[in-house]
Amino acid sequence: MLPRLIKRQAPSKAMVFLSPILALLLTLLASVVLFLIMGVSPSAALHAFFVEPISSIYGLTELMVKATPLILIGVALSLGFRAGVWNIGAEGQLILGGIFGGSTALFFYEKTGFYIIPLILIMGIIGGMLWAGIVAFLKTRFNANEILTSLMLSYVAALLLNLLIHGPLKDPDGFNFPESRLFSDSALLPILYDGTRLHLGAVIALFFVGIGWILLSRTLLGYQIKVMGDAPAAGEHAGFSHSKIIWTTLLISGGAAGLAGAIEVSGPIGQLLPNISPGYGFAAIIVAYVGRLHPLGVLFAALLLALSYLGGETAQMKLNLPVAVTGVFQGLLLFFLLACDVLIQYKIRTSKKSESTFAPAVKSSIKSTSEVK
Amino acid sequence: MEILVAAILTIITAATPLLFAALGELVTEKSGVLNLGVEGMMVMGAIVGFAAVHFSGSATVAIFASMVAGASMAAIFGVLVLVFHASQVPTGLALTIFGIGLSALVGQGMIGVAYDGIPQLHIPVISDIPVIGEIFFSQDGLVYLSIFMVFAVMWFMNKTRAGLILRAVGDSHDAAHAMGYSVLKIRFLAVIFGGAMAGVGGAYLSLAYSPLWVEQMTAGRGWIALALVVFASWKVRRVLMGAYLFGGISILQLHAQALGIAVPSQVMSMLPYLATILVLVIISRDRSKIKLNAPASLGKPFHASR
Repeated sequence: MLPRLIKRQAPSKAMVFLSPILALLLTLLASVVLFLIMGVSPSAALHAFFVEPISSIYGLTELMVKATPLILIGVALSLGFRAGVWNIGAEGQLILGGIFGGSTALFFYEKTGFYIIPLILIMGIIGGMLWAGIVAFLKTRFNANEILTSLMLSYVAALLLNLLIHGPLKDPDGFNFPESRLFSDSALLPILYDGTRLHLGAVIALFFVGIGWILLSRTLLGYQIKVMGDAPAAGEHAGFSHSKIIWTTLLISGGAAGLAGAIEVSGPIGQLLPNISPGYGFAAIIVAYVGRLHPLGVLFAALLLALSYLGGETAQMKLNLPVAVTGVFQGLLLFFLLACDVLIQYKIRTSKKSESTFAPAVKSSIKSTSEVK
Repeated sequence: MEILVAAILTIITAATPLLFAALGELVTEKSGVLNLGVEGMMVMGAIVGFAAVHFSGSATVAIFASMVAGASMAAIFGVLVLVFHASQVPTGLALTIFGIGLSALVGQGMIGVAYDGIPQLHIPVISDIPVIGEIFFSQDGLVYLSIFMVFAVMWFMNKTRAGLILRAVGDSHDAAHAMGYSVLKIRFLAVIFGGAMAGVGGAYLSLAYSPLWVEQMTAGRGWIALALVVFASWKVRRVLMGAYLFGGISILQLHAQALGIAVPSQVMSMLPYLATILVLVIISRDRSKIKLNAPASLGKPFHASR
């Protein structure tokens, strides 16, 4: 008899925490199989992927550099996902933040002033909010599905950046290469630790985890978000406005993604390029889920996903593995997590051992009655 | 006249991959399952189809291989959603992320490999008729297949008992279950069909539309196909219309320069995405209409207590 799923009386709290760990173990197991198929020694590959990148101080700082945008977007997306608002176009909002922040940096080219960096970050937030605001407007005014509109806008954003880089934002002395000028020092985020790329953005991201946590657990808005996600009917009955939740969650996630974009261009990148993100906006969706839609969980999940990016780069350099392995790993992780999450609501019941002592005839009669039921 | 024929031919090639993917998703959604992984299934169909034609030399083998690839991807989704009760929206997203990654991995050695494109089937005599022959009777096999599938799905949905059961499962899984139909089995088959169709749609891109392999070459067409199903209000005939409408938008992209329109190429490339948003807005504005046409159990999980 096949194992069956029986609904639990109440969701298992333990499984909420155990499921991501189980999923990670299964993903590692699947990666071993994948590496064997690719003809690479699994131990060497796993070492290159998960150990080598973080076995030096520099590696650890790089981990945080990669985790910064993932934390910012992941925390913000968690709020939306909890409310049942599916903003999956954070990638586009990040790009808009990069465009707005980057244009600001270029506007103040070769100027100095303490106000330049705050202005870049604020413009980034505005850019991201603008892009997400379109989604919120179309959703609340015209009922247009936010999954599709936010995603379509991501493609538009990428093309817009490309257009600007080939046009008005192109480096005038750049021999026609599609990239902007290098930002002046006054437009670059301060480095926290000399000799590394660890920048101020990391502090902002950690700060944002705290804000997200307080917002979710200590404010009325956080409560409304949770109610609207779990029981929309109850929420509306209590007088919570659905469109207000849609607007708020989209503006927060758009703003956070825009901030991440501005931080990326004025931090590790230092100029505008046709491609300013290796898919952070999409990876942040995985981060939000693996982090259990909780800001603190998101922090750990973001570090894990950041490690997958770093590991992918190391594995490419050391073992000549394609970078695409990172995407496969991320996809597998989310698959296994979603599968393991079944154990939160259900438990697995197989046929009990005591049955095996029954005579075959009795056993089959039990089976048939259970089927009739 | 020549430019008109060229334009129509472009519409057809641009519409065909969308038509395959949207038809498949329509059947999946009619059974009550929302699979957001179309993009991932398409891109896998594209690379597997391309690799298969490279190694076997046969377009037929390639088409079947792409169907198997799309269906296998769909099977992952089906097992997660139907057996493990995973939530449909994130699972579909995961399928897309996974598909894009895996296709890039599989396609490592395929970048820069050339292929002539699948052969066109010239139907004797009538294909020699000027204009009409060129448009209607000189297409590749997949174009004919896509049109055939439109009628096949239409017939299946509206004229067969199995189609009726599929729609019943999508509209009220509890009622269908009570009547003794296996909801999960029917949904799984619908998901697999959707995957196979998305796979062929992807293969059309790498075998006919632009016969080569580029990472992420589907470029959001899977998502446009999803929007097409909403645009079509879950009606087969309108999927055909919608796919060709979107094909029409892409001719602007390709023929703008020939027509002397001085707009940056990036702006032209934005058109299909902007058009998708516009279409969604127009269709979704009327909430009651969406409610009336969408399968009532769409996206809702089903767990039989016994």
